[in-house]
Amino acid sequence: MIYFDNASTTRMSDEAFEYMCSFIKENYANPSSLHSFGFEAEKELDKARKAVAAVIGSDAEEIYFTSGGTEANNTAVLGAASAYGRLGRRVITSSIEHPSVADSFKELEKRGFEVITLGVDEKGYIDTDELLNAVNEDTILVSIMCVNNEFGTVQDIEKIYSAVKGKNRNCIFHTDCVQAFCKHDISCRNADIITMSAHKINASKGVGAMYIKKGVRVNNLHFGGGQEKGFRPGTENTYAIASMGRAAELALENMADNFKHVGEVRKTLLSITDELDNVYVNGDAENGSPYILNLSFENVKGEVLLHALESEGIYAATGAACSSRTKEKKKIVDRLNDGRGKSAVRFSFSAENTVEEAERTVECLKRLVPQLRRFVPR
Amino acid sequence: MIFIMGENMRNILLVKYGEIATRGKNRYLIENRLIWTIIKRLEPYEGYRVYKEQGRLLIVNEKKDFDYETVIPIVLNILGVTAVCPGIEITDQSIESLREHALVHFREHYPNGGVSFKVITKRADKRYPLTGNEVSADVGGYVLHNIPNLTVDVHAPDVKLMVELRNNAYIYSRVIMGQGGLPYGTSGKATVLMSGGIDSPVSAYLVAKRGVEIEACYFDSPPYTSERAKQKVIDLASRLADFTGGIRLHIVPFTEVQLRIYESTPPEKMTILLKRAMLKTAEKIARSNGSMALVTGDSIAQVASQTMEAINAIDPASDMPVLRPLCAMDKQEIIDIALKIGTYDISVRPYEDCCTIFVAKHPETKPKRSIIESIESKISDLDSLIDEAVQNTEIMEL
Repeated sequence: MIYFDNASTTRMSDEAFEYMCSFIKENYANPSSLHSFGFEAEKELDKARKAVAAVIGSDAEEIYFTSGGTEANNTAVLGAASAYGRLGRRVITSSIEHPSVADSFKELEKRGFEVITLGVDEKGYIDTDELLNAVNEDTILVSIMCVNNEFGTVQDIEKIYSAVKGKNRNCIFHTDCVQAFCKHDISCRNADIITMSAHKINASKGVGAMYIKKGVRVNNLHFGGGQEKGFRPGTENTYAIASMGRAAELALENMADNFKHVGEVRKTLLSITDELDNVYVNGDAENGSPYILNLSFENVKGEVLLHALESEGIYAATGAACSSRTKEKKKIVDRLNDGRGKSAVRFSFSAENTVEEAERTVECLKRLVPQLRRFVPR
Repeated sequence: MIFIMGENMRNILLVKYGEIATRGKNRYLIENRLIWTIIKRLEPYEGYRVYKEQGRLLIVNEKKDFDYETVIPIVLNILGVTAVCPGIEITDQSIESLREHALVHFREHYPNGGVSFKVITKRADKRYPLTGNEVSADVGGYVLHNIPNLTVDVHAPDVKLMVELRNNAYIYSRVIMGQGGLPYGTSGKATVLMSGGIDSPVSAYLVAKRGVEIEACYFDSPPYTSERAKQKVIDLASRLADFTGGIRLHIVPFTEVQLRIYESTPPEKMTILLKRAMLKTAEKIARSNGSMALVTGDSIAQVASQTMEAINAIDPASDMPVLRPLCAMDKQEIIDIALKIGTYDISVRPYEDCCTIFVAKHPETKPKRSIIESIESKISDLDSLIDEAVQNTEIMEL
């Protein structure tokens, strides 16, 4: 099996899995319990918090665990808007955000905010000048994702952050780093709020994290027993959080090597554009994230190619798994190049993939695509 | 006179089956089939037995308490059952016994009163000393005096308290409507072409409801159709199996046939030729499993391939009668049935249908049979590809 769908989710690494299992067996206590057994569990949470903080260079106290990336993004957008809504009514985002951000902005629109959605160029970059024009005194929140989940374009978050703050230093800047966390170099210096997820970095599903800069206010969306300093109540998913901590430690150690390695895998797969005619890269072929390669094979429907690859034991995606259950016809990829969306296939990598796997995939594509191209919609 | 409550009473479920009762010499066959089905469905639960009782069936539990919550939904799903009535059977038919038991039954079902009611007595045993009306008046009066807030309404009562005097006496008040129709498997067999859409499961259900045993046939075209689309059909067939007590699903690998038609046909005629090929394939499967007809979900003029002209061009592809139970129904009427039988939610699962390469942008709405047939005759190897597809068909018992 060749698993090229790591942007949807990853296999849990053996280390993270074993760490989580030993924790499940040995300490099932509630970290809020006052006895020493509970205290042991609490220490484990702190350890994970430090590991996550280390990746982005923040203080551990600035990290809050959530139930996942979606909840983190919902909370970032809705919570910040609710905290700062009295100071201004304009909020800004991009047209290529994950649904958990995009739909939160739709919700803000319903609540009476003025939502500005920035378009992107054909490689998926936002225009910083356009952003600067949009930021005014009334702007309280800007949310721009770091690595796009469908085609892997990497925004220059450092430049965007300083531009936003230069224009209005009170404006809060959030960046969705679910696809960037532990893969790209991201720093807490370049954002007020950063959102992350565990299952994209070879850890467990069901847990995510938020970085919230000291002094930045985000209103909580949940109410209850005071966990996570009252910001995210509910008994912590200690096992999954432990796995996230362990995975973050490992990823931080190997970040540069992994980056280089998946870059080789991606480059190998990218050679298909030389082998076959009319194959297009969606996003930025040269400078996109090495973890994601989105290709459109003209005249081949993405889902058909996906199923054909599947019969060869190769697993890819037609777009974000999160969008495949909605009936919306247009994909995010269509925002770059209209019409490309229906023939788009996303390959996404992890350090566990090999160059040989990419080579085999190229061979399969060389065989399958011409076969499928015999039959095009008429 | 002294009688002892409970000793000569037991809980029962009365099963009514309407239409069967009007049959002539075949009646016992149909009744036996229904009894057999009920016994089979209740097999996993201990102690249930089924008796014939003058034009209706009686389910009793001879070992344990009658578990209505489990048994009623199972029996309601059985085709041929028009209604079920939870009630009690009494061996002591004296008027005192009837009164007391009627009261017990009424209390159990309407403990707070607050309803209008009337008593209806059916006296099959004409030797009974009182007339039906006398029994009704006596029992009704007794219940009325012993439960608060009751009123009598002989024209439109909330509750009809039924007292039936046969070999034993039966008392019941609730009538829960079932599927109706005829017992499954008493009207021959047919093969239904199932797509995963809303219509075909409904037509399968309607035909099965007339007592026809059904087998289903699905045309799978990987990689153009997905594993999830196939699972959808499997789930739909499983839902139908709740009514039929099991169903056989034939999964036909159809990619090669579709591609051959694609290559040899003008796009606007593709759908018609495809549907003809499907009928031919389904006919082969139907003949081998003893079916006497094919069933489709066509509804006149719903889409291009269901116009009268299209039906005229498609239908002659097979020698078997093609039943189209939805042909005169509106979409909303079909959806209403799909909702009722629980197939709608499965049919509308949002899996992208990636089969679009086989659907033209502008399909012909008035195809000519002769032209279609002449194009078809020029498609090379179509028959052998169909035979191959039939040979490689995967069979699932659901």
